[in-house]
Amino acid sequence: METAKTEPIKCRLMVIGAGMAGMSAALFAVRRGISTVQAGLTGETLYASGLFDLYGVAHGSTRELIDDPWQGLKQLKQTYPQHPFCRVSNSLIRSAMDGLTDFLGHAGHPYAGYPDKNARLITPVGTIKRTFRVPETMWAGVQALEEKAPCLVVDIHGLRGFSATQIVNTLKPAWPDLRTASIDLPRQNRLGPKYAEHIARGLDVEATRRELAEAIRPHLGRAKFVGLPAILGIHDSRGVQHDLNQMLGRPVFEIPTMPPAISGIRLKEAFESHLPPLGVKSFYHHTVHSIHRRANGRFVLELGRTEPETTVVAEHVLLATGRFLGKGLVAERQGLREALLDLPVCQPENRSCWHRQQFLDPKGHTINLAGIEVDERFRPLNLDGQVVYENLHAAGSILAHQDWIRTKSGTGLAVATAYGAIEAMVSGVVDSWS
Amino acid sequence: MDPKLETQVLIIGGGATGTGLARDLALRGIRCILVEKQDINAGASGGNHGLLHSGARYIVSDPSSARECRDEGAILKRLAPQCVEDTGGLFVAVRGDDENYIAEFADRCSRCGIAATVVDPRDALEMESCLSADTIAAFAVEDASIDPFKLSLDNLAQAGRLGTLLLLNHKAMGFDQRNGRIETVRLMDRRQGSEVRVHADQIVNATGAWAGEVAAMAGSRINMVYSQGSLMISQMRLGERVLNRLRQPADADILMPGGTVSIFGTTSKRIDAPDQCRPTTAEIDAMIDDGVAMVPKLANTRFIRAYAGVRPLVRSGNGSDDRAVSRGFSLLDHESDGLENFITITGGKLTTSRLMAEKTANLVCRRLGNDSPCRTSVEPLPASSEAQYTEPGLTPKMWFKKNDASDLLLCECEMVSTSVFNEIAASLTNNGHRPGLREMGQRSRVGKGPCQGSFCSLRMAAHMYNEGMLKDSEGIGELKAFLNERWRGMQPLLWGPAVSQAELQEALHCGLLGLDVSETA
Repeated sequence: METAKTEPIKCRLMVIGAGMAGMSAALFAVRRGISTVQAGLTGETLYASGLFDLYGVAHGSTRELIDDPWQGLKQLKQTYPQHPFCRVSNSLIRSAMDGLTDFLGHAGHPYAGYPDKNARLITPVGTIKRTFRVPETMWAGVQALEEKAPCLVVDIHGLRGFSATQIVNTLKPAWPDLRTASIDLPRQNRLGPKYAEHIARGLDVEATRRELAEAIRPHLGRAKFVGLPAILGIHDSRGVQHDLNQMLGRPVFEIPTMPPAISGIRLKEAFESHLPPLGVKSFYHHTVHSIHRRANGRFVLELGRTEPETTVVAEHVLLATGRFLGKGLVAERQGLREALLDLPVCQPENRSCWHRQQFLDPKGHTINLAGIEVDERFRPLNLDGQVVYENLHAAGSILAHQDWIRTKSGTGLAVATAYGAIEAMVSGVVDSWS
Repeated sequence: MDPKLETQVLIIGGGATGTGLARDLALRGIRCILVEKQDINAGASGGNHGLLHSGARYIVSDPSSARECRDEGAILKRLAPQCVEDTGGLFVAVRGDDENYIAEFADRCSRCGIAATVVDPRDALEMESCLSADTIAAFAVEDASIDPFKLSLDNLAQAGRLGTLLLLNHKAMGFDQRNGRIETVRLMDRRQGSEVRVHADQIVNATGAWAGEVAAMAGSRINMVYSQGSLMISQMRLGERVLNRLRQPADADILMPGGTVSIFGTTSKRIDAPDQCRPTTAEIDAMIDDGVAMVPKLANTRFIRAYAGVRPLVRSGNGSDDRAVSRGFSLLDHESDGLENFITITGGKLTTSRLMAEKTANLVCRRLGNDSPCRTSVEPLPASSEAQYTEPGLTPKMWFKKNDASDLLLCECEMVSTSVFNEIAASLTNNGHRPGLREMGQRSRVGKGPCQGSFCSLRMAAHMYNEGMLKDSEGIGELKAFLNERWRGMQPLLWGPAVSQAELQEALHCGLLGLDVSETA
């Protein structure tokens, strides 16, 4: 197993996974002074909406809409003691969310939100999305919706799946002061599909912003806000937004777009370029080819792109490998299994019970509650309820007894459990071999 | 006053039989209205293998059906070649299959006049590389693949040109009878919620599995048995020909090529009512476990959609096996029920649907005193432009050939472009129907690729608003209905990468767009 070409890297913590949970865990770990190696594919982050949900819809049968996520979490913890949120206090969850948004703020992507209230913003199909922290580029949209202020929604010829007419017609009964405009992108060939990423990278250039503003200006009328698809730059979204606000004389905001969206690209690039300087020894685009545990308890891992390239010896391992899309869990016709260590997966009895007959059934799909069960220190449990390894932890969406999609709690769950796992590791007595 | 329509013949049911009957009657100069409670081929006509049977499957269980298939297969190949891919077929036995059945197969085929040529198992493996190395016997037959949507749409297109009126989303709610005649048929326009009344000289119940329910509204009883057959579509085409298991007809016997995909099935599961029809996880698992004996590759093939249809079987005697109930059709004149202008045509199968229409039209004409002969057995079925886009692989070819960057793709998996979408929508609108996402899915390949509508549904909805095809907040309901409809076909096939796809879809449609909750602005 330990046949790699270079010297093994020794570390206190190996984070496996580079989604929201893995990235946050690596961030929190290095902030705690823990030597950290991280490996995983960052591709899944490209699907991220950029909205940081904490807790928007109640877990369980009521599916009540949550206004104050902290109150909501308090109730959740009383009713569902198995839910992973129960393993982390509300004040730690708050620190975790702040820790993430601070980091992204320094990386050029500041976030906004209310202290104790979920924010609401409009989606590209004209529905309302409830979330906790939104990119500052979207914040004016939250205010515009709250005030039902006169607002212009702009779409761009060739950018598919985003129609101002759709948004405005759907929302008109509740928000009569919405208007639409469709524009051609300046200096672009009218033909062919347009992609949010290309447009956004173009807007990182000042002259392009000016031309975009000029294309919008004739449509402004008495609009107090201007809503655009999410295209306001990749690396300097704050600068792009600031310029457009100035040029148009009113706040501009982004409306999320369907994947592939730039919100995911921003996060991916922010993590990839700003985490390593903090001390995370990162192996993005690498996967773990093998993992075994020595008699002394240390984990030995082989990392690589297509074949093993690097050996890591770690005192602790944190599994943040995600669910099916992230490849942490594998769904076979005969049952679910955990991909890396074959940990026991808490799951429905058979495949017939995985999904409900209606896709949008408000009860949610039973398979979404499947996953890895952990103790209060985020250590996976075996079938007898015993800790599998004292120095193995798990965090994020791979955990059982939660449905992050339906309860609108994806980022909150990832970040809170990552924080909880790191804190448990730091305060643990299990470090006797370090 | 509710609108009242007058016609010579009212046909209830827009499946293969109803649309075929509309064409047959129109060619004999008879005015018809065709009503369909959902959309074309929404029942078993859309939920089958698309197999144009040589007849060999029925040589033992139902020799007269076998002969009907033989004759009708030949007619459709000749007169509706645009709907048929003449793939040929193989009957294949593997180690462990019933030796007696194998030994008698050729002889029984010849007694029914069905061509069956012995193929050396080694040659069979050369011809079809997906077959099991355990193949012990094979026969070549004249099976073919038929596109049931194209067949029905082409039938309707000609009937429409000859004056037939089509009412989609209209459900028969009741019959007003007097002196042994149905005077008025009450329909509900399901989109508007309004009533439409039709007066017709003759009424034909061509509702397939729903024939019992419709006849009951006229006070007639038909003893129906509902046998659900489930099927699954693979992402890639697995075989060149129709591959039949050479054994007494059973589940998981047939792997059917259709353009760029293959269709594997089927099952025979008794259900209590036709509306309960939907493919189940248990059926899918059982089929794969059985089917790997003939085609081992099925174990690790990616399937993208499952669907089911109900065989409308009319029970005459006793017997417990639904496959033993005749696969022939039932033409009921209802005269013994004291009705003189009501006819039911049900049972049968896609291959014999033209013949079913012919026999029904003969009875209608006799009652109307019209002595025109049937022309569908001699005249080619014209290919219509409306029907062309159901063919897998066609729209990508067209798109590349056209090479017009401004013709944006709405469905990237199946490469259905804006211009194709608009053309189908215009044809629906011109015929008085409202284009919706599900209607577009029925008439093209949109939503049928690996993403199963996750992304294209959003592109289509946005496009439809821009074109004025959707207004107000209709788009939300339209998206929900389309996604739930696609889900019916995905849910039993969710394992492996499909589960990741479903997770992504749910994250997008529920997580971000919140289609699972009702939050108001």
